Amino acid sequence: MIEVENIHKSFGETHILKGITTCFDQGKTNLVIGQSGSGKTVFLKCLLGLFEPEEGQICYDGQFYSELTISQRRDLRQEMGMVFQGSALFDSMTVEGNVMFPLEMFTKQSRAEMKDRVDFVLERVNLVDAHKKFPSEISGGMKKRVAIARAIVMNPKYLFCDEPNSGLDPKTAILIDNLIQELTKEYDITTVINTHDMNSVMEIGEKIIFLKNGFKEWEGTNKEVFKTDNEAVTNFVYSSELFKKVRQMYIEERN
Amino acid sequence: MNYLEAIGKYFIMVWEVFKKPTKWPIMRSLILKEIDELIFGSLGIIIFIAFFIGGVVTIQTALNLNSPLIPKSLIGFATRQSVILEFAPTFTSIIMAGKVGSYITSSIGTMKVTEQIDALEVMGVNSLNYLVFPKIIAMLMYPFAVAVAMFVGIFGGWIAGAFGGYAPSGEFVKGLQLDFIPFHVTYAFIKTVVFAFIIATIPSYHGFYMKGGALEVGKASTTSFVWTSVVIIILNYILTQLLLG
Repeated sequence: MIEVENIHKSFGETHILKGITTCFDQGKTNLVIGQSGSGKTVFLKCLLGLFEPEEGQICYDGQFYSELTISQRRDLRQEMGMVFQGSALFDSMTVEGNVMFPLEMFTKQSRAEMKDRVDFVLERVNLVDAHKKFPSEISGGMKKRVAIARAIVMNPKYLFCDEPNSGLDPKTAILIDNLIQELTKEYDITTVINTHDMNSVMEIGEKIIFLKNGFKEWEGTNKEVFKTDNEAVTNFVYSSELFKKVRQMYIEERN
Repeated sequence: MNYLEAIGKYFIMVWEVFKKPTKWPIMRSLILKEIDELIFGSLGIIIFIAFFIGGVVTIQTALNLNSPLIPKSLIGFATRQSVILEFAPTFTSIIMAGKVGSYITSSIGTMKVTEQIDALEVMGVNSLNYLVFPKIIAMLMYPFAVAVAMFVGIFGGWIAGAFGGYAPSGEFVKGLQLDFIPFHVTYAFIKTVVFAFIIATIPSYHGFYMKGGALEVGKASTTSFVWTSVVIIILNYILTQLLLG
């Protein structure tokens, strides 16, 4: 579980996060949504420890990040997995090399043990024939799978995903969403996903927080999104014609 | 003020490079890869340039020493001194600032733009140590490349002198052996080691702290070449004053 308490983050004169308080539950897919520029990425980077908030606390299963020593922070980071928006795979390494990288860096496993683990996670994300390929030789969807495999190879307690569906076709996007949700349940991970994708919100949003101009505007589940009267949320979630119709149908059905 | 901030940031970066080292087996393979990329990958251009620069130095010296009272052996002497003291260490370093420096800036800059450096940081890796330290160690082999440049430069001068009819072979070789001061080679290698550190770190700084996209990677490469060259030229003057002055 990750508890966030009143965090503020600024860059120079620009105040990006303005006192966000929330909680991300273990074994659930927690979604952070909001318009571009609402502070989602900065918020995620604060959760990852890449940015340090000026005010407020982030607590990872009872450990306050600000109270940890450098080596404790390093240990905590090894319990985190991250799927970047652009996958952020290392260009100079093969798929296998990318997934094996955290194991090589932080474990004392033998080559054979590492290979077994890599084979296992690549199979888990449905990638079996891409071991020797370089990132430039695989599709966007495959890159995301490799990034997920790399993120879970160390059995993380926390999984962070920055727009995991961006640039993917709707079918692949759903597959990636389902994969993340399955892994979250299977390994009881605290998963936090930044997304713009409304399909993700509807499908896997077990907990959703909506950011607006650096504030937490709304918090709820994918069921509650349908019922909310918060104008900012409804404007954002139902910005497409398709979702407007879905909402209309829901209201008519309710009446 | 911006320059002062950048200088401060550069020294902090250098300090961070030596903290929290990467596991030795991984670091060893990174160092070997960088030696191959930065040193062996540059030998071709270094040899090519050194050969022709040596030849040009010989021809120009010969054309300026046209008095019959001046022995032809001075052409060999002047070529040796010019190549060892200046052309091999400094000229080659400027070339390396362009070739190796832009490679370092663009490779690290691209990793920055594509969030690969963030990925390293999230994993708990000291990205500066992982990316920059192997380059610094690999560049410790740079004096070897400069030694090759010295040899090839003098060889190019001998070829130009002997086969171009500017200085007889025997006279040229006699000049090469004239008043040889071993400390001049030491001085050249001291400069080379300092330049090697500059060539590894300033382009890394420009790549690591760049902001923006692909266009900015190109701009950062150009800026890093300019600053690396400027620092090499200033340090060349200071080291010459300190060691030979």
